[in-house]
Amino acid sequence: MTMSTTPESLSAKQKELEKKMTEERSQSHTAPASLASVAQTKVSRPAGAKRLGTGLEARGVHAWFGKNHVLSDISVDFASGTVTALIGPSGCGKSTFIRTLNRMHEFIPTAAMAGEVLLDGKDIYAPGTDVTKIRLKVGMVFQKPNPFPSMTIGENVLAGLRLAQLKSTNKDDLVEECLIRAGLWNEVKDRLDEHGGALSGGQQQRLCIARSLAVSPHVLLMDEPCSALDPGSTLRIEETISELAESMTIIIVTHNMQQAARVSDYTAFFLSDGGPGEMVEYGKTSEIFSNPKDKRTENYVTGRFG
Amino acid sequence: MSIETDNPLPSKEKKITPQPQTPWKTSGTERASSLIFILAAAAASYMTVALTPMKGILPLTLLFFIFAALFSFIRGNRSRGIVAGQDSAAGVVMAIGMFVALLPIASILYTTVSKGLPGLHRGLLFNDMSAATPTDPITEGGLSHAIVGTFVMVMISLAIALPLGLLTAIYITEIRGRFTRPIRFLVQAMSGVPSIVAGLFILSAFVYPITKTFSGLMGSLALSILMIPTIARTAEEVLRLIPEDLREAGLALGGTQWRTVAMVVVPAARSGLVTAVILGIARVAGETAPILLLTGGGDQININPVEGAMGSLPFYIWKSFFFGSEEAVARGWAGLLVLLTLVLILFATARFFSTRKVR
Ligand SMILES: Nc1ncnc2c1ncn2[C@@H]1O[C@H](COP(=O)(O)OP(=O)(O)OP(=O)(O)O)[C@@H](O)[C@H]1O
Ligand SMILES: [Mg+2]
Repeated sequence: MTMSTTPESLSAKQKELEKKMTEERSQSHTAPASLASVAQTKVSRPAGAKRLGTGLEARGVHAWFGKNHVLSDISVDFASGTVTALIGPSGCGKSTFIRTLNRMHEFIPTAAMAGEVLLDGKDIYAPGTDVTKIRLKVGMVFQKPNPFPSMTIGENVLAGLRLAQLKSTNKDDLVEECLIRAGLWNEVKDRLDEHGGALSGGQQQRLCIARSLAVSPHVLLMDEPCSALDPGSTLRIEETISELAESMTIIIVTHNMQQAARVSDYTAFFLSDGGPGEMVEYGKTSEIFSNPKDKRTENYVTGRFG
Repeated sequence: MSIETDNPLPSKEKKITPQPQTPWKTSGTERASSLIFILAAAAASYMTVALTPMKGILPLTLLFFIFAALFSFIRGNRSRGIVAGQDSAAGVVMAIGMFVALLPIASILYTTVSKGLPGLHRGLLFNDMSAATPTDPITEGGLSHAIVGTFVMVMISLAIALPLGLLTAIYITEIRGRFTRPIRFLVQAMSGVPSIVAGLFILSAFVYPITKTFSGLMGSLALSILMIPTIARTAEEVLRLIPEDLREAGLALGGTQWRTVAMVVVPAARSGLVTAVILGIARVAGETAPILLLTGGGDQININPVEGAMGSLPFYIWKSFFFGSEEAVARGWAGLLVLLTLVLILFATARFFSTRKVR
């Protein structure tokens, strides 16, 4: 037995490593300036005339898994035609929150929630609400690309229509339009009859975006849509998000500060210190990244903790 | 001619093209030494049998197994230590276990093929037994009525068992209602129901009180009782493999649960479900007890399941052996060979579909 394996020396070593990493981080992220400048150089979108719906508003949303209170009193107004980024450390309840926004939360057997979510002014949890109609209007893109394996690329795009039993007059045009908007058309236009699984991960994710666009949702929820993608695909999807935001309300969860700064108009910072996750700060993205009001937000966006 | 460059990479001419090698595989010398050890084990066991009162093939095989395990332990121990010794002894024991388990299967196959082949003749698949008795020469008659009967009954029982089995599996994996656990338990218990019980159930529930005659349909009902648990359990396993993501994606697109299951989950499990169907068929194709009780077992082709006796392969085999004459027994073996071939084809098809990757 050598000394290097005793617990004391191990933890000392670890502390040293952590210290070094924190130092490196604070050096490499001379961040507030650069992120803030990214956040500010964004061209602001014109108030579009083709807006779908009037936005989504969460009022005092709480969430539980069994007895475990994981989300406490979240109130945000997502205005139509804006992109809002949700940021925060792992496990603070971002996914749980956006899943309450299209009623996917209730899919988990132990789940419970409180509060209101207003879609175009109406509470989606009101008794008698048709859940499938809500999910048609509030689309969702998951972290892991999940095209339907039994369907071709074209069928995947149209899957939402078939699932919801909607009629469409011209399916070919719709497939083309959705794939163009998702930035995938040029890559797949000659292979629409191939299976969705035959695409690369980034292409699959854009296919999933196209799939959710086909039912023309008013709101699009994206849970870390780029976490498994290369920088090129990521940029392509970010462009897509900017284009989509002209007509839709977009809410995106991301662990990538640069991405949040690049694509979003508003940013919400979530945090859980042992208890349920809370929204520490919400504001214009340029404000959050250049001039955060809360110390914890500043630490997080500059990479000093989390 | 040589020009000095800063390039640290060796120039193309000097490079030796590497040959593909597999250093992790067993080499020829190792294989030879293994062979020597096996021969040594064989010799040792032979000597023991020769020198001691233990005689016969059984002690010989047993001793051979023991010596093989012992020698491989010593060999592994000497070359790479005690752990390697245990490892190679365990390997030998497992190889022996596999061999012993395969023996009866090989024996069944061999017996059936060797005894069934002489009974094969051209008319076998095209003639029925309406104009021949089992004691006639083997070239008379055939088993077309039995094949047709088995086909009709298996198809009817499949038509009953597939929807019920699939819906049961969907209830367990998709709906996950309050009765999931009791139903799973019931399905498992049902797969242990002896086939004669299924036959007696149909006999007392349908034949005596209602139809009062034997028929193919009654046989099919009993077979479907046996088929449902096989299909339900296999389908359940297959549906369980479908990632949760796909269900969530379907629901998030505005599908109801029912449409999500029908459009996304079941199609994604398609090839596995084909396997479930084939395994279900293979399970009942050779069932004899309920067939004897319920079908009446005719000697001519009858495709009407609700009227008249219906022949089938198991019945044909049973009847032939029952007669006991040389020709009849030869017919029985030929029938067995046909049945076994059919079941093997079904299993091979099932394997083909189940090993194809679910994209
Ligand atoms: N299905 C579940 N059952 C029970 N608890 C859950 C479930 N899903 C999430 N949780 C708990 O809820 C809390 C919030 O989880 P959530 O997935 O919303 O975090 P997150 O912010 O999305 O994290 P990440 O950035 O890692 O995706 C966590 O403490 C987690 O353990
Ligand atoms: Mg998450």
